[in-house]
Amino acid sequence: MLKKNITTKSVEVILKQKSKFSIFFHEAMQGIGDFWFFTMRFFVQLFNFPFERKEFFRQAFQIGNRSLVLVMTTGFIMGVVLTIQSRPTLEDFGAESWLPNMVAVSIIREIGPVITAIICAGKIGSGIGAELGSMRVTEQIDAMEVSGANPYKFLVVTRVLATTIMLPVLVFFADFVGLFGSFLGVNIEGDVSLVLFLSRAMGAVAFTDIIPATIKSVVFGFVIGIIGCYKGYNASRGTESVGKASNEAVVAASLMVFVVDVIVVQITDLFIS
Amino acid sequence: MTVGDNVIKIQNLSKSFGKNAVLKGVNLTLKRGENLGVLGKSGTGKSVLIKCIVKLIAPDSGSIEALGMNVLQASAQELTLLRGKIGFLFQSAALYDSMTVKENLEFPLVRLNRKLKRDEIDFKVVEALKNVGLEKSLYKMPSELSGGMKKRIGLARTLILEPEIVLYDEPTTGLDPVTSGEISELMVEVQEKFNTSAIVITHDMHCASVTTNRIVMLNEGVVFKEGVYEDLEKSDDKWIRSFFKHS
Repeated sequence: MLKKNITTKSVEVILKQKSKFSIFFHEAMQGIGDFWFFTMRFFVQLFNFPFERKEFFRQAFQIGNRSLVLVMTTGFIMGVVLTIQSRPTLEDFGAESWLPNMVAVSIIREIGPVITAIICAGKIGSGIGAELGSMRVTEQIDAMEVSGANPYKFLVVTRVLATTIMLPVLVFFADFVGLFGSFLGVNIEGDVSLVLFLSRAMGAVAFTDIIPATIKSVVFGFVIGIIGCYKGYNASRGTESVGKASNEAVVAASLMVFVVDVIVVQITDLFIS
Repeated sequence: MTVGDNVIKIQNLSKSFGKNAVLKGVNLTLKRGENLGVLGKSGTGKSVLIKCIVKLIAPDSGSIEALGMNVLQASAQELTLLRGKIGFLFQSAALYDSMTVKENLEFPLVRLNRKLKRDEIDFKVVEALKNVGLEKSLYKMPSELSGGMKKRIGLARTLILEPEIVLYDEPTTGLDPVTSGEISELMVEVQEKFNTSAIVITHDMHCASVTTNRIVMLNEGVVFKEGVYEDLEKSDDKWIRSFFKHS
């Protein structure tokens, strides 16, 4: 009798767990499906003319302007720190003179795009998530829809396009300032002229380093924009959902930056090398 | 004011959110030139009802005919055209935060009528603002406006497209008695001046008495009672009387 009860209970627990899992699985699949359609809608609406030019330029200016100082500061610090941290190891191998080459390749290929993307995921992704979430809660998106306008085209297409275009620009500034930081880092313990530093640094960077980094930056920008918009645009009613949308946008975009990094590096290496 | 043929006809409209059935077969009609009030307790689906009319929310079953068009079977293009003829004043006015009053008013206008010239747009914007008595607020941001002013600007943005039907979602909620009286008068003016038909969702009995020609009372997802304000006020029904008693 006792054994039978235990068995029944175990079956109930398993069924409960199974049911929880199937609900989670169903919701996850639905979320992926919704996100896929949301993304595909971007490409359809992108070519739905006339384009919301004024809003696009406003967004591009805001995204660039809002993040530039932060991105440049971080780039500068990364340049200095990377140089200082790498010096002892290179000194051990007697390769100190290779410091500018190594730092330049590291910054341009990987650190510049990834650090910039992570900062932008936090700053721009959360901003877009919160702004659109708040517009959803206060019925502004509904108001656009009932007035016969296309809120997706006005709000989503312009923002995603702006992040896609502006992120490589921000990466360029981060790289530039990062190299300058590295130059200062090199000169903390040494004496290298700017011309020599740049000639060593640029000599190490090939065209095949710049192309994958640029492609990566474009994809990062797209991912940050589309995730921020998706979370904000689909925020549920209630003020709590604004914070939730903003938070989820940052977490998802930051994670996706690393996932995309792995994928894009594999793909570009396949073609470019 | 003359009341004519049906401009909105709703039949057996049902809508549930999960297990919560909000509308359970609502039937109602709105006649041309008429202001129809919809009263009911919070959560009885009044706002859901008018959002279904412009297909902001898709109902589960039933049919909605607006200005001769089957709303639920309309294509995206047809729906856009229809929405241009139906104005919607949201409870919060829903002004676009990042735009000035002028840009708010221009927004639907330039997107629905792309042939308009700059001076025509400017003229229409100023006219719409004059209609609500706020022509001096042209370059203000929504954050600089009071609740009543926001409602007026929201109404101006609705009227700029010259709609045949206006849907008011709790137009006087959150306003002081003086301002809500002014908004109610403005709604009557709109009806008389532009010969619009309207559905007014409200809890404000003064607003209902001033602005509506007929009232529909929703209870538990269905139309409970229908009639003019004066008749409903005299009703013996306990539930109906509770509305008027607390007004």
